[in-house]
Amino acid sequence: MINRKKKIIVIGGGLAGLALAMKFCERNGEVTVVSYQSLKRSHSVCAQGGINAAIDAKNEGDTPEKHFYDTIKGGDFLAHQPLVRDMCYQAPVIIHLMDRMGVAFNRTGEGHLDFRRFGGTLYNRTAFAGATTGQQLVYALDEQVRRHVHDGSAKTLEWHEYLGAVLDSEGICRGAVIHDLRTDKIYTLDADAVVLATGGPGQVYARSTNSVVNTGAAATTAYLQGAKYANGEFIQIHPTAIPGQDKLRLMSESARGEGGRIWVPRDANDSRDPKQIPENERFYFLEEKYPLFKNLVPRDVASREIYDIVYNKNLGVSGDPMVYLDLTHKSRKFLDNRLGGIMDIYTKFTGVDPRETPMKIFPAVHYSMGGLWTDYGPDNNGLIDHGSPRNQMTSIKGLFAAGEADYQYHGANRLGANSLLSCIYTGLMMARGIINYTDSLEKSVDDISSKVFDDTQSHWQNKFKEIKRMSGSENPHKLHHELGDIMLANVLIVRDNKSLEKAYHQINDIEARFKDVKCLDTEDWANPSPSFINQLYCMIHLSKIITKGALMRDEFRGSHYKPDFDMHQPKDFDPHEYIDYLEQKQYGEVDGTKFPTGHLDYMKQFEANNKKWLKTTVAQYKDNEPDITYEEVNTSLVTPRPRKYD
Amino acid sequence: MKNITIKIKRQDKPGSSSYWQIFEVPHKPFANIISCLMEIQKSPTTQSGKEVSPVTWDSNCLEEVCGSCTMLINGRVRQACTALVDNLESPITLEPMSKFPVVRDLQVSRDRMFENLKKVKAWVDIDGSHDIGEGPIMRDQDRAKRYVMSECMTCGCCLEACPQFTIDNTFLGASTFNQVRLFNLHPTGEMKKEDRLNAVMGEGGITDCGNAQVCVEVCPKNIPLTESIADISRQTTWQALKNLFTK
Repeated sequence: MINRKKKIIVIGGGLAGLALAMKFCERNGEVTVVSYQSLKRSHSVCAQGGINAAIDAKNEGDTPEKHFYDTIKGGDFLAHQPLVRDMCYQAPVIIHLMDRMGVAFNRTGEGHLDFRRFGGTLYNRTAFAGATTGQQLVYALDEQVRRHVHDGSAKTLEWHEYLGAVLDSEGICRGAVIHDLRTDKIYTLDADAVVLATGGPGQVYARSTNSVVNTGAAATTAYLQGAKYANGEFIQIHPTAIPGQDKLRLMSESARGEGGRIWVPRDANDSRDPKQIPENERFYFLEEKYPLFKNLVPRDVASREIYDIVYNKNLGVSGDPMVYLDLTHKSRKFLDNRLGGIMDIYTKFTGVDPRETPMKIFPAVHYSMGGLWTDYGPDNNGLIDHGSPRNQMTSIKGLFAAGEADYQYHGANRLGANSLLSCIYTGLMMARGIINYTDSLEKSVDDISSKVFDDTQSHWQNKFKEIKRMSGSENPHKLHHELGDIMLANVLIVRDNKSLEKAYHQINDIEARFKDVKCLDTEDWANPSPSFINQLYCMIHLSKIITKGALMRDEFRGSHYKPDFDMHQPKDFDPHEYIDYLEQKQYGEVDGTKFPTGHLDYMKQFEANNKKWLKTTVAQYKDNEPDITYEEVNTSLVTPRPRKYD
Repeated sequence: MKNITIKIKRQDKPGSSSYWQIFEVPHKPFANIISCLMEIQKSPTTQSGKEVSPVTWDSNCLEEVCGSCTMLINGRVRQACTALVDNLESPITLEPMSKFPVVRDLQVSRDRMFENLKKVKAWVDIDGSHDIGEGPIMRDQDRAKRYVMSECMTCGCCLEACPQFTIDNTFLGASTFNQVRLFNLHPTGEMKKEDRLNAVMGEGGITDCGNAQVCVEVCPKNIPLTESIADISRQTTWQALKNLFTK
């Protein structure tokens, strides 16, 4: 047992990192929050539409159990079920907590929390603060952490970058290597545990809805140091974004949650002003194909349909890869109150007012369901033991991950408004486990030789000296964009093995050219160039994890769509048939005549595919390549079955 | 292809002298200042053909919710991400904000703003993050009033424009007063109202506001800053009277 306050280093000042920092301070621990920039500016602020919790404020009969099922089904059954169930059961508590902190959640006539609908569910389950919910949640947690900084229990290291973990001779994480982005100093900090709450890797695609800092470098460094990386190939493509030069800006799912309709002109050559096109000449393709969920099918489904409309049916607006997202039937007052933030963003970046003219949107890379492999401690009730030291621990002992940087909560496709929830949930949930972990250690960090820290420090100092000496002919920013172009062209909504194989070779070419990069700036004050080159190196390795995972997974699951392996669910198929089939199988013979033609074959195929592929992809760094293996998924609570949304 | 000419005020480190460099970047549809700076990174050569280190700047979300990329664009303080090149007069000039210490090139340190948030205790003092039930009931109109104020991204535009706020005085400025109002309006936050008001009553406080009203004009989020200032002014007057009789 350690006879002093437990001390942890939290890397990242987004929702997961801040939630953990707050909770750990409350548990009398000491926290250092390391952030690439000022707190309050993390990527979590970009989340717009809301956060899910089955509070059933509208008397629809919603329950955490239904939230759990929707999330599992939305993720095509690839998520570990006890974790997701625990998250959904904690969700109402989390919303009330954030409300108590002063988040300006929209309210009902009686002054209670208001809720709206999001994708992949039929319930009004999403609490929201206008259309800048992520920003409001970050601010609330940031305020609480600032309060702890003011009281002396938390410390912040802003404008500092995490370079790697300090590992002792047994491979246990004992601290972090920190790079001061102003003074250029590289040094180590010791701690009882280190937590990576460093967000997603959208920059691997160069242009996405992600922020500039979302390179995935911290998680990739952990992988390069031996940590497992899981489900990398599951990248969410958000159906609705505004195309742009520097970034593809998100247009929240809440636009559809509040009644927004997606359509294209039925006639590809129709060049009329969209408002002049009569109702019967508009093709509301999601509403026609999915009469139950309509425009609120999950994101993977919506993105595939938009892709199909634009590239296979050639019905993109004016021949461009874009479709209309239409809110013009709603009143200005309604839109300003519930969607003001995103209405303004669209106006500012396109010069067009979406209250008057339908928006033009297209899918964009948005979120990584995959991330660092992390563990969990189930209890005996199908939930999680919050005191388990295993919770959120990576395969490197003492190194934890939380938020988008981990992989556990969204399976093969994340439902909208579940990301803010999973970030705050992991941050809050893991605090006790970390304390128990430090108590369980035979040797504390205080007993580790200073040589371990000195050696790690010089390793990284030398590495950055070498980077500064790089004087080849490749511009790292150009190379980054080329990498992004390869990923966008081959590892996106529709995937095939030939393109994936080609992409993998092209990434290897980029890696070879990386050796010839030029460090554009060799100053030792506030110089972003060496850091970016190190991040680019990480992005190259992360793109290999994503691409190889996609290449090897020969199936269609969630966001990972390979038409060659689409089992083509019969149109009249009912997922309950599959449950009947499994029961019949368990209790004797399957009666083929009980099912409509073709259904039994489909179900057998589905069953065989799950046997082979309902597994977590695990990538480990070996001989400079990701070595891929597969692990069982915990499906102990609900039977995986075919998804259906129409 | 058309080129865009951008004149950038650069500075290598705090305290060193500044200098100007001119860059040409290819014009692209819907280009903003950030995409132009990204172009310069890809080809850091000045108009006269001199290879230089890439210009440094702060940015993150690129959709005007993080508050990072504030700078002076053609002399006007604003976010660089929403500054579309087609709407700007050419040549475009970029300068770092003048009211905050320059770190390098277009980067400045806004630490003072974050320190001020501590001074006025810009938070709700919750008992803890454990499960102790629901938040207070609130009228949606009151919520909406708070929401507008809580969109402040600590970007610094209001302070850059404010004649009262200088690089070396202690004036708290509009963004901080707005935070006081935001938290005093919350049913739980209100319990620490007096602490916040006392924090804005001394030197650099609310009475130093010269009522120039430019803060509200430059706020990218249209926060009613002058209303906040007026309200906090009223609140501190009452608090001062109260202090007179109770302290």
